[in-house]
Amino acid sequence: MNPDAVIRAEQLRKHYGDVAAVDGISFEVPPGESFGLLGPNGAGKSTTMKMIGGVSQRSSGKLSIMGLDPDVNGPEVRAHLGVVPQQDNLDEELKVRENLIVYGRYFGLPLSYLRPKADELLEFAQLTDKAKSRVDALSGGMKRRLTIARSLINEPKILLLDEPTTGLDPQARHILWDRLFRLKEQGVTLILTTHYMDEAEQLCDRLIVVDKGRIMAEGSPASLIREHSTREVLELRFGSERNATIGAELQGVGERLETLPDRVLIYADDGETALEQVSARGLHPLTSLVRRSSLEDVFLRLTGRSLVD
Amino acid sequence: MSTVAAGQGGTASGPHSVTEAARQRNFGALYSRNVQAVVARGLMAAKSSTWLILVSGFFEPVLYLIAMGVGLGTIVGDVEGPGGQMISYAAYIAPALLAVSAMNGAVYDSTWNVFFKMNFAKLYQGMLYTSLGPLDVAMGEIFLALLRGLLYATGFTAVMGVMGLLTTFWAVLMIPASLLIAFGFASLGMGITSFMKTFQQMDWINFFMLPMFLFSATFYPLSVYPGGIQWLIQAMPLWHGVELLRQISVGAFSPATAVHIGYYLVMIVVGVALTTGRLRKLFLK
Repeated sequence: MNPDAVIRAEQLRKHYGDVAAVDGISFEVPPGESFGLLGPNGAGKSTTMKMIGGVSQRSSGKLSIMGLDPDVNGPEVRAHLGVVPQQDNLDEELKVRENLIVYGRYFGLPLSYLRPKADELLEFAQLTDKAKSRVDALSGGMKRRLTIARSLINEPKILLLDEPTTGLDPQARHILWDRLFRLKEQGVTLILTTHYMDEAEQLCDRLIVVDKGRIMAEGSPASLIREHSTREVLELRFGSERNATIGAELQGVGERLETLPDRVLIYADDGETALEQVSARGLHPLTSLVRRSSLEDVFLRLTGRSLVD
Repeated sequence: MSTVAAGQGGTASGPHSVTEAARQRNFGALYSRNVQAVVARGLMAAKSSTWLILVSGFFEPVLYLIAMGVGLGTIVGDVEGPGGQMISYAAYIAPALLAVSAMNGAVYDSTWNVFFKMNFAKLYQGMLYTSLGPLDVAMGEIFLALLRGLLYATGFTAVMGVMGLLTTFWAVLMIPASLLIAFGFASLGMGITSFMKTFQQMDWINFFMLPMFLFSATFYPLSVYPGGIQWLIQAMPLWHGVELLRQISVGAFSPATAVHIGYYLVMIVVGVALTTGRLRKLFLK
């Protein structure tokens, strides 16, 4: 047990009726770490976030945020938290800057602190020239940045980000990642859920893969790839009808083989060598691609390829 | 970004003393003594909107007073007031219209406004992710509804004065009494609204309020009804408001005055408890 951990969850459970949304997960987050929760829809990520934020009461297990129980000390725990919810819930009746000031007052912070702080955060979110705009006039990326700026108004020690970049275009995502990385450099503990693997690889020091309310794997992105996948992946396409039959002929190439409707994946530490072995068997794919293993391979291996609705 | 410490000068990270912890255990999840932040937000939002609604809400009872009290009053003549003395028909219905106005203002703010904020603007979800508890939010929203009620009540009482319908200094007490009425309707209205999920359900509120406005002894005394109906009317909140203000307007008090006030005190307690419980259930589940 890490005595410094800012978040400590032990056998955390949340039931809605008979359904277990979170089914006994345990983890610790040391201060300053960037910690990710990965999982398909309905895995229990958002429910876990809500329990940490003290807006959803756990069914059983232990949870401590900065040494406090969010079910008992809700307002006090939330004073240490910044929350960026999945859907923006900015106050559309207020202007951009007013959103920051008013939100700060919800924490009981004085105006003398909030006025300069709001300007500083507008600068941080690159929204200074929008200070007096109406919220509904902002683009999706701007609203997201404003939501993040708002979540920082109380100088939180822990920032909870629930799918922070879902629905944003690539430019907006990269700007957001840059801002989040700066926060991390300043020592803010980041807890984020995402189902973008590139986002998890960019931002997370350590992550857990959650499925059906349970932890499937835990570790740094690199160690998870090492543990659950090979260094490289060879992707071969033989045409939709032939993939399955040729897949059977490729047994023994690489460490593991996966036949999908549109392609055959060969997991190997050296993709080029595997490709030579394929050619040596007299098989010639329409296209071939050797790439590095990614978190996405790990994710799909652990949580399966079937659709989650 | 600078490195201003979290919660400098605020509640964000105060020392966690033993007594503080004890207080938090009992009430901490519900209340953080910061109602004023919710009120300040409401005033800031009102600054840019709702002026037209505010003004129309004020004129409605004034128009009724002119049409019914002054217009219809010319053929009705004088009627018997609460103390047994004869008063003009306008003076008879004016306090009742003031009660209706307090009700309408409070109900508008605590139902439609709250419904929108709860289901569309997601305002309360955002608030409850901060240090605010559901009791802060409920009290803040109710206070805003009361503020609107205060404006209406003061304005309408002034109109009554200008029209020469005030004959006693007791009448000034109609303003705080209107607030009591507004408080009752606002707290209960917000609690009931928390159960509403669709616009159709919201229409039920109007369906209930219009007959209450027309039949709560607003325009004629309760005695015109047969016994059973009288009991029904007397069970409704507006009748107590109408009677309370009518008594105050002429300074004729009776033991029933205390009953009317008591009715609203109970309504307030039930309403605040219901609203807080519902906000907690909805957003801190």
